[in-house]
Amino acid sequence: MSISVLRPGLLTTVQDLGRHGYQQDGILVSGAMDATALRVANLLVGNPDHAAVLEITLLGPRLRFETDHLIALTGAHLSPTLNGRPVGMHRPVWVAAGTELAFGAAVAGSRAYLAVSGGIDVPPVLGSRATYLRAGFGGFRGRALRAGDVLFVAGPTPTGQQLMAALAASAASAAWAPARWTPGPALCPAPLPNPTIRAMAGPEYEQFTPESRRAFWQQPFTVTTEADRMGYRLHGPVLERQTQVELLSSAVTFGTVQVPAGGQPIVLMADHQTTGGYPRMAQVITADFSVLAQVRPGQSIRFREVSLVEAQALYLAQERRLRALQRAVETVFGS
Amino acid sequence: MSTAPQPPAPRAADVRLFPLGDAAVVLEFGHGISPAIHRAIQAVSRYLTEYPFPGLRELVPAFTTLTVYYDPWVLSENGRHQPYERVAEILHQLLPAAQAAAGEAGTDLVEIPVCYGGEFGPDLAFVAAHTGLPPGEVIARHSAPDYLVHLIGFAPGFPYLGGLDERLAAPRKAEPRALVPAGAVGIAGAQTGIYSLPTPGGWQLIGRTPRRLFSPEWARPSLLQAGQRLRFVPIDEAEFYHLQQHEH
Repeated sequence: MSISVLRPGLLTTVQDLGRHGYQQDGILVSGAMDATALRVANLLVGNPDHAAVLEITLLGPRLRFETDHLIALTGAHLSPTLNGRPVGMHRPVWVAAGTELAFGAAVAGSRAYLAVSGGIDVPPVLGSRATYLRAGFGGFRGRALRAGDVLFVAGPTPTGQQLMAALAASAASAAWAPARWTPGPALCPAPLPNPTIRAMAGPEYEQFTPESRRAFWQQPFTVTTEADRMGYRLHGPVLERQTQVELLSSAVTFGTVQVPAGGQPIVLMADHQTTGGYPRMAQVITADFSVLAQVRPGQSIRFREVSLVEAQALYLAQERRLRALQRAVETVFGS
Repeated sequence: MSTAPQPPAPRAADVRLFPLGDAAVVLEFGHGISPAIHRAIQAVSRYLTEYPFPGLRELVPAFTTLTVYYDPWVLSENGRHQPYERVAEILHQLLPAAQAAAGEAGTDLVEIPVCYGGEFGPDLAFVAAHTGLPPGEVIARHSAPDYLVHLIGFAPGFPYLGGLDERLAAPRKAEPRALVPAGAVGIAGAQTGIYSLPTPGGWQLIGRTPRRLFSPEWARPSLLQAGQRLRFVPIDEAEFYHLQQHEH
């Protein structure tokens, strides 16, 4: 059960839901930038939602499946093809040994996810298979994929086997066969070019001037080219504090909007540091992490304020949708 | 350890709770760097590690705060509770017991061997000139105190240390180095620390330790932990290479 990397793409890494429990050792969480897309991809192939998948950035890789597999693609629309023909996203697809997956134009979004039934089989490090690029561990040898790499895949799950059998039977002599169904749009949103991101006021929000607070919610910010898995530098109105008192380092997390002395904010992403000393203007809500993860450099975003109660209601609604999808796949195809 | 009377630790009623987004709550124990606040944070951190509540994801202690990451789905108990209210209620109930359980913090002493000066400490001369102390005196003062590990952050295994001799304070380099080797011991302002990964950096480097500060293969990936005490022990070059062989 393996996949050969013919071309690596711009930045293709093994990711899961992240490495939890070691932030107090200074170890980043890492994991998928768009965790919802990762979870949906996994559920579609009968995996536990936290299984390891490939995170594919803007320019996709070229891969060859060396054995029959059940796969699903979610997240950004990067024009995926199987043996040169377009393949639908957000659905399970059976692929025969020898089939090649490639990508074309980046139509919408930044990051696509490829799940394979059974999960990408790399050794877990500190409880996770996520790649920690800067420290060089986790994932596939602690690095992004290169041409010539061979990824091992665990055997398909029982649910995955049922799905594979059904799809293979429908394939006739074709080298691959997609399912005809997809989850609803709430779990498979089309990435928006200039989205509004919902956020809560951050712990140091009140330290900013009233003008800066207003500007933060009312004016757009451009995502600069300094945007990677660690965070996005934004360009927009200068945000000023009313005090120059230095802060002591404290925890920062995915979605923390911190403002260094220059007044241009940085929003932290999956490879965020564990602690930071910049004032925290805002905190993006978990339900909008996926939207943020799919924004591209050069696009603009706006922030909209929501309450903690609203943020948590949205969090729970998203969890319910994911759990409903898991139940549906298991009910229809579980053994 | 100092025998001066210790200031009282913050009481549960003095701890302020506020959210960091929809999946974390921050416990703030006061303002400013102080051993009393540090002890209170360590006590609660130890208690929650020993008696985690359902849905507790992880803890991040810092100078004045303990950030508690939680799973809102678990805390909601199938939508019956508002997760933040529930986690705040649980923490308010736990705090008095957690703080009462405060043991003797900071008794665990870790010795870090350091080869000062020369190629290992290219900025020792600068720090000596800046402080007006002879290099030998800089080394003596740097290796004299028991430092307190306030937190691990910035990079894997990187300790934020309290207790630097004020006379050793020195500004950061105007131009950061493109690459500082792992193990480099530096001074920046009134702080001293050890680089745990090769990284760009602007600290004044006065020495280097052959010890590894972190490894993903250790059960606890960071050599140092918040709450420990640390002492730098001067070694010579021969000893540096000898110890380095044992580390790798």
